[in-house]
Amino acid sequence: MTATAVRGIGMPVKRKEDPRFIRGKGTYVDDIKLPGMLFMDIVRSPHAHARIKRIDVSKALAMPGVIDVITGEELAKANLAWMPTLMGDRQMVLPTDRVVYYAQEVAAVIATDRYTAADAVLAVEVEYEPLPPVLNPFEALKPDAPLVRPDREQKSNHIWHWEAGDKEKTDRAFQEAEVVVAQDLYIPRIHVASIETCGCVANYDPATDKLTIWMTSQAPHAHRTVFSLVTGIPEHKIRIISPDIGGGFGGKVPVYPGYVIATYATLKHKKPIKWIEDRSENLQADSFARDYHIHAELAATRDGKIRGLRVHVVADHGAFDAAANPSRFPAGLFSVCTGSYDMEAAHIQVDGVYTTKPPGGVAYRCSFRVTEAVHTIERMVDLLAHELGMDPAEIRFKNFIQPHQFPYKSPTGWEYDSGNYPAALQKALDMIGYQELRREQAERRARGELMGIGISTFTEIVGAGPSHTFDILGIKMFDSAEIRVHPTGAVIVRIGVQTQGQGHETTFAQIVAEELGIPVEYITVEHGDTDTAPYGLGTYASRSTPTAGAATAVAARKIREKARLIAAHLLEVSPDDLEWKDYAFRVKGAPDRYKTMQEIAFAAYTNFPFGLEPGLEAECYYDPPNLTFPFGAYVCVVDIDRGTGQVKIREFLAVDDCGTIINPMIVEGQIHGGLTMGMAPALFEEIVYDENGTMLTGTFMDYLLPTAVETPHWKTAKTVTPSPHHPLGAKGVGESPTIGAPPAIVNAVVDALSHLGVRHIDIPITPAKVYRILQEKGVAE
Amino acid sequence: MIPGPFRYRRVRSVDEAVALLSQLGTDAKILSGGQSLIPMMKFRLAEPTYLLDINAIPGLDFIEERDGMLHLGALVRESTLERSSLVRQRYPILHDTAEVIADPLVRNLATVGGNLAHGDPANDHPATMLALRAQVVARGPNGERIIPIDDFFVDTFVTALQPDELLTEIRIPAPPPRSGGAYLKFERKVGDYAIAAAAVFLALDEAGRITQAGIGLTNLAYKPLRALDAERALLGQQPSEELFRHAAELAAQATDPVSDLRGPADYKRAVARTMTLRALRRALERAQANA
Repeated sequence: MTATAVRGIGMPVKRKEDPRFIRGKGTYVDDIKLPGMLFMDIVRSPHAHARIKRIDVSKALAMPGVIDVITGEELAKANLAWMPTLMGDRQMVLPTDRVVYYAQEVAAVIATDRYTAADAVLAVEVEYEPLPPVLNPFEALKPDAPLVRPDREQKSNHIWHWEAGDKEKTDRAFQEAEVVVAQDLYIPRIHVASIETCGCVANYDPATDKLTIWMTSQAPHAHRTVFSLVTGIPEHKIRIISPDIGGGFGGKVPVYPGYVIATYATLKHKKPIKWIEDRSENLQADSFARDYHIHAELAATRDGKIRGLRVHVVADHGAFDAAANPSRFPAGLFSVCTGSYDMEAAHIQVDGVYTTKPPGGVAYRCSFRVTEAVHTIERMVDLLAHELGMDPAEIRFKNFIQPHQFPYKSPTGWEYDSGNYPAALQKALDMIGYQELRREQAERRARGELMGIGISTFTEIVGAGPSHTFDILGIKMFDSAEIRVHPTGAVIVRIGVQTQGQGHETTFAQIVAEELGIPVEYITVEHGDTDTAPYGLGTYASRSTPTAGAATAVAARKIREKARLIAAHLLEVSPDDLEWKDYAFRVKGAPDRYKTMQEIAFAAYTNFPFGLEPGLEAECYYDPPNLTFPFGAYVCVVDIDRGTGQVKIREFLAVDDCGTIINPMIVEGQIHGGLTMGMAPALFEEIVYDENGTMLTGTFMDYLLPTAVETPHWKTAKTVTPSPHHPLGAKGVGESPTIGAPPAIVNAVVDALSHLGVRHIDIPITPAKVYRILQEKGVAE
Repeated sequence: MIPGPFRYRRVRSVDEAVALLSQLGTDAKILSGGQSLIPMMKFRLAEPTYLLDINAIPGLDFIEERDGMLHLGALVRESTLERSSLVRQRYPILHDTAEVIADPLVRNLATVGGNLAHGDPANDHPATMLALRAQVVARGPNGERIIPIDDFFVDTFVTALQPDELLTEIRIPAPPPRSGGAYLKFERKVGDYAIAAAAVFLALDEAGRITQAGIGLTNLAYKPLRALDAERALLGQQPSEELFRHAAELAAQATDPVSDLRGPADYKRAVARTMTLRALRRALERAQANA
């Protein structure tokens, strides 16, 4: 094995997991088939808000093949009709008296096959007395609004009020400001729409008294703890296996009623129970993201220096506060909304509100509400530029936090670890030919054509998080890695995070390869099984590399320190006489005398120094000292069709800085996917309800996932500003593009129409919406 | 998304299909490509007792030009139509249409016959067939009959086909010299039904005047629509941008769309005008290139 075969950090190693995926040999939850397995299907509410007068299961139970029909009344006897949410609220598993959103779970059928279960769902008779739906959070806050949650002590639809920043200082900045711009922005409900829907196979084995649940989970350890707390089953008697996961994006962090009902059913019937959502159930009833009604104000001097930001958000959380934010952050990390800009003061207020919709607020590839934060500030900065007649690039340069200001304490209390915003924007402008594009735009405008250029210079905040601030249900948000080097120098790495397509099996192997000098193909990465993997909080919010990636590096370094002692023993020198260089321990001054990790590993089991423990393994539970702050500068160029209102992205350049890059190919893939997922809500996706609260976008015919045809050719580039506190300098990248892309696109569309007096358009910017504006401005064809 | 129970029969000949249709009546549905029917069954919007699968009937997938007509067998797949060099060269409007139907996976199975027989005003072929003055050939217990396309679409999801009839063939008049057609569709994303789409077929005389005009519109009324006023306005005229704008306006006025997630009705009407105008321009280019 030569050093060049290590393929550690910085190498575009092809993904180790892909051979099984591209051969169709992945094992997803629905691939789990157990002898005697029964199938569960769910009766769902046709009303957004109704009292349940009667549930008659007799006809369903009489059908051949139907084993059971489980209702809320039965679950209540087991004290399982309600479950706690990760946000300290509680949520119905199955209702006993009322439903509070369309497609809510009402009863569950257990049958010997999937088809019978589906037929039996239609045979369950439920009599409802419809109640008025509560769909608008502003209406919901009015004193006479119908109560969504009469089960709570507090008799209003208001859930919580949350603030960040300094109100007095901000008010003062606004009083003194020469210019104030204000804007209402709505960021609509969207859905993660992962290609694999949610589901589980729950199997209670009476012989071993053990409950095993294969589950679409982004956080199997946390889910096991929750299951143990809810059911009272000791944690060691529960095993949660998260096998291959077909996309999570935050949607597989919450615990859904279906998991709990299937678990109840296997405990009751002592048979494996499979529950797999269909596409419409997934779109209609699983947790949603965004749904933020934002009012933002920006104060500035007349020459364009930002002084303060004031934001008030009304957050529609649906019927249960079932988001999965860190406990102290009901509005996630939204308070990072001062963005990449240095300002004196900011004051942020968020009010969470109940409505008769499915639980909202899940962190959809957004690092806990950072999408909403970045959308707000990037739009506001453009609004200020328009107000002052400044170029949107110029106003950004004028207000950027400068490289020498890091670590930078933001007005809402975050300590940005590192960054170089002017360099990223300058690179983007140079690469795309910004001045030339502005000239072209002027020429086209003169001809009546509509072309726009949009910029977004965002700051991310990822890697939750330091234990002093971050926990979920009290569990601190550290993460973990265990590494064992086998005698032949092959390695197994077990991590506390859980991949859903991010490529952990490759990236984490490369970290170990780099630290130990062992070729990447000799390193296996395992995760997702609570019986074998170390405890961790899971993968979301771009936290895997910042937390478990750091844990992996630290654990590998512990191994290396032990390996030094063995190498010294083998080379008969003092450990201090050795240096780690070119993937081997070498005698200082005599680099040809060395031991590779393979040689050392063999000795760790066969020829270790007296007094040293045999074996070669280590673990690390990593408590990050701070979050990391990836950033980027995106430029988008659009053309608008005056005959249809269609926005066409002609060009899109993403300059990202995620610190040290472990696998550039995977990072580029993450950015391509993330940009597409950022374009989706900007131009296509929205969850829509009618006036009764019925969801109108419950299939992919109407919930518009863009395809390759709608997706432009993404151009990507990078700058590298390593994190000063992460052992590898890495920062995380999975969500940067989803966060940075939408405002770049919106800013481009508004820019295309700015000469007509357009200042803002809410997403999604559909052709119909644009065409109406063109008609109003008299430029429709 | 689990269909209800149904019985399935794979038929081997048109006669067998017709005999079974006569026997089973409205309890039976014909399964050809299944790209509309199967999703409807999964949503339980359709719950046929019997599915008669015609995919194994031999000889129903012909594409041939003879006797001044293009003959398309009922089982011609959209992807076959899309790849046919005959279609591409002689009937580019059909190529335009096939390549914007749904997505490649759907087109591998979906059939032209099914696209018409489903009677869905959102389907793409009806507008094209209206513009081309096609004929539909149906076989029933009393033999074959030819249904002019103008008589074929009766209502939403209702065609002139009787419950005991099987659509076997579509016939399209071969294009005269100096003729050309185009189909333009505007959709929210690929695979969607049209917000609005227009099929235009034009033929010119030697002096360049319009001697034949066909305009069909997709998803703009309760059934596939032919823009008769717009066609009349074009006949005998020299093509011009002004004339085309006038015709496109008349076509838009003929529409009666509903407001839905694709946009409000007035928007769809505006897009219908844009699509008609652009299809007219492209059809004219092709007609002039065909001189």
